[in-house]
Amino acid sequence: MATGVAAWLPFARAAAIGWMPVANCPMPIAPRDNSKRQDELIILNVSGRRFQTWRTTLDRYPDTLLGSSEKDFFYNEETKEYFFDRDPDAFRSILNFYRTGKLHYPRHECISAYDEELTFFGIIPEIIGDCCYEEYKDRKRENLERLQDDQEENKDMKLPNMNFRETMWRAFENPHTSTMALVFYYVTGFFIAISVITNVVETVPCGSTANQKDMPCGERYTVAFFCMDTACVMIFTVEYLLRLFAAPSRYRFMRSVMSIIDVVAILPYYIGLVMTNNEDVSGAFVTLRVFRVFRIFKFSRHSQGLRILGYTLKSCASELGFLLFSLTMAIIIFATVMFYAEKGSSSSKFTSIPASFWYTIVTMTTLGYGDMVPKTIAGKIFGSICSLSGVLVIALPVPVIVSNFSRIYHQNQRADKRRAQKKARLARIRIAKSGSANAFLQSKRNGLINELLELTGTEEDEQKLIKSTSLLESQHHHLLHCLEKTTAHEFVDEQMYEQNCLETVLQSYPSRSPSISSHDSSMGTCCGHRVKKNIPLPNASVPPAHPVPVHQGPLQELSAIHIQCSDPSSHTASRSTLNLKADDSRINCKGGRITTAIISLPTPPALTPDGDGLHGPPQRRPPPPSGHPTPPSIQTTTSSACTSIVKVSAL
Amino acid sequence: MWCLFFLSNVASVCVHADKADDDLEMTMVCHRPEGLDQLEAQTNFSKRELQVLYRGFKNECPSGVVNEETFKQIYSQFFPHGDASTYAHYLFNAFDTGHSGSIKFEDFVTALSILLRGTVTEKLQWTFNLYDINRDGYINKEEMTDIVRAIYDMMGKYTYPVLKHDAPKQHVDAFFQKMDKNRDGVVTLDEFILSCQEDENIMRSLQLFENVI
Repeated sequence: MATGVAAWLPFARAAAIGWMPVANCPMPIAPRDNSKRQDELIILNVSGRRFQTWRTTLDRYPDTLLGSSEKDFFYNEETKEYFFDRDPDAFRSILNFYRTGKLHYPRHECISAYDEELTFFGIIPEIIGDCCYEEYKDRKRENLERLQDDQEENKDMKLPNMNFRETMWRAFENPHTSTMALVFYYVTGFFIAISVITNVVETVPCGSTANQKDMPCGERYTVAFFCMDTACVMIFTVEYLLRLFAAPSRYRFMRSVMSIIDVVAILPYYIGLVMTNNEDVSGAFVTLRVFRVFRIFKFSRHSQGLRILGYTLKSCASELGFLLFSLTMAIIIFATVMFYAEKGSSSSKFTSIPASFWYTIVTMTTLGYGDMVPKTIAGKIFGSICSLSGVLVIALPVPVIVSNFSRIYHQNQRADKRRAQKKARLARIRIAKSGSANAFLQSKRNGLINELLELTGTEEDEQKLIKSTSLLESQHHHLLHCLEKTTAHEFVDEQMYEQNCLETVLQSYPSRSPSISSHDSSMGTCCGHRVKKNIPLPNASVPPAHPVPVHQGPLQELSAIHIQCSDPSSHTASRSTLNLKADDSRINCKGGRITTAIISLPTPPALTPDGDGLHGPPQRRPPPPSGHPTPPSIQTTTSSACTSIVKVSAL
Repeated sequence: MWCLFFLSNVASVCVHADKADDDLEMTMVCHRPEGLDQLEAQTNFSKRELQVLYRGFKNECPSGVVNEETFKQIYSQFFPHGDASTYAHYLFNAFDTGHSGSIKFEDFVTALSILLRGTVTEKLQWTFNLYDINRDGYINKEEMTDIVRAIYDMMGKYTYPVLKHDAPKQHVDAFFQKMDKNRDGVVTLDEFILSCQEDENIMRSLQLFENVI
């Protein structure tokens, strides 16, 4: 429960009176407010600046420094105030958190100083309100990155226990780690450059010799170029194989873009080696040589900027696609118009609509080669419209795309961040919600253990187990308890619920114990009663740390002594918490005398229930209650696979 | 002609500014309760208790009024297992005696005074008003089923024993069996008060929250 609405708890409890006429069972007793102090003002002296607030304001968050007894360490007897030697400016937001329930992050505050204050006062930063959370996280991330940069300078020390393969991979990825890596880096770079230049120069026409016309250098100095090509390809192949060997995940490496580029760069050479000088395939072989230009992309390993460009292009793909689509639309429209406009004129170059595409593109991009010009008046008019609109269509999206690049790039980063935060946020909210739900169930069990121990345990045991729940919590739990009584159903957690569903399915045969007389079955299930048992149960003296297998977490130790008002018509083993006390007037199970008890224990899954045997370690069976009118006999019911129910019933 | 154009622009800007101011004003509704002395006279609380109540109230609702949405949110925080919004709606209507759509501090404190410090008859009367959704003076089965179903909704899904679908209906039948003396299908205020006074459990549980403040 958010303690921010703690002030409304009295109202919620008062409104519970609306349930009373509807409820069939009596309500539990309300917790008493023993500390009937008047609300008092507390003075908090933070480095000389005095803050004053009500005590109840600070008590709202009992697991922080100011809300718990930890602040007593800072109490100054002479001046009757709490003195903290901290920053008073930061303390303002902390105190406001208690007042309003929302924690804000002041922007002028240094992030690490603020974090330290929060840690000192025991407040977790996750509860910062939505208005300031984004800013807080951004600043924290920047700070973290700054710290990481400082640390990374030390990280490049060689770890002694890296094997050869890992060393090599690290050398490939970070050339600055060792001299060898640096040498390798520069050598490969050099050879990529050589290879690209070779490919380019190959096609330049060298000077003509006497008997031949101009031919490209590649054909003139075939051998030289072939040797150069071979050398480069050998280096590239060796590099690729080394990377493949050193990669931590070879499969992933082979799928990566860079390795594909590597393969594509060297493959044409090998194909050329393999292929014969056949006439048909040599044409195809020549085309393959085009792929040698992909070697230039190998530079992206050496250049950060190329990598970023590639990534942003990928992320802007949809924008680019839309630009292309709209351009295509415009081209088709204008080409069609020009074609039909120029159809009439003779010797027109606009022979078909696809032929007009070329004219449209050249005009729209304001290139204007002049190889195709319209001759008719209509054609000229439309041609001018085409070039004017081309300016707009081409020039406008370009800055948009550029700004899209930066916007989309940053937006992607922020969206991922927000999505991760949202998941964490929802998880936290869910945990808090289930935490408060679990708190109630936990306190129920604690309440039972406390009652048991009250009867039998010594003072120390009691002190150990009784967790100090605040008055607020006990009042809230009492409210939930009243709701349980009103509806005659109990809150359980998910595990138990699943289990009960299983039980109702499994338990198809009735219990063997005789039904208690005149049980008012109109209520379906019996209400829970809390009647104290006079005689000490041996189980109660078992220390709580009994090694019962926690197969189902909740029902540990002897968390419940169940008494079943068995109703053969209801096939579920209805469990209600019940301690017998003979003379308590609050026994109100209409009709029958309650003389049954069930001890429910979790058994390890290995212990499968046999047909009618007793389950659970036999020493747990309680002796018959001595002060009881009739000696009870022990009967068993068939139980689900997970729990064993030993039923003690009086005949 | 250009000055007409200019003037029309200025006029439209002014109109927009006024509308913005209106919007701003709408959100600044504030309500102050009557004086402390008057409230002390009207309710069964002491001055100190009223002070504590008002501080909590004003903390959650700085504007001084609670609307239904906020009310539902606040109430749902106490019942995290299930869905408390339906019951909160009925509660809201019971608190909002003036049917103004919002609860002011006077309504809040008047109802609390009845619930915590009132006589048994007053409490039962308030409860009857809560159940009587359409305020016609009779509780019929449909109204009661709605209320009981709203209460069961607050339990949520994970209960022991498993909530059957007709559990509210059974509950309502039992209720009517007890309350409807002349078996005419509706429960009047007198029948209600009489039947409740006969039931020990109810009488005892009405005194349960005396020490809440």
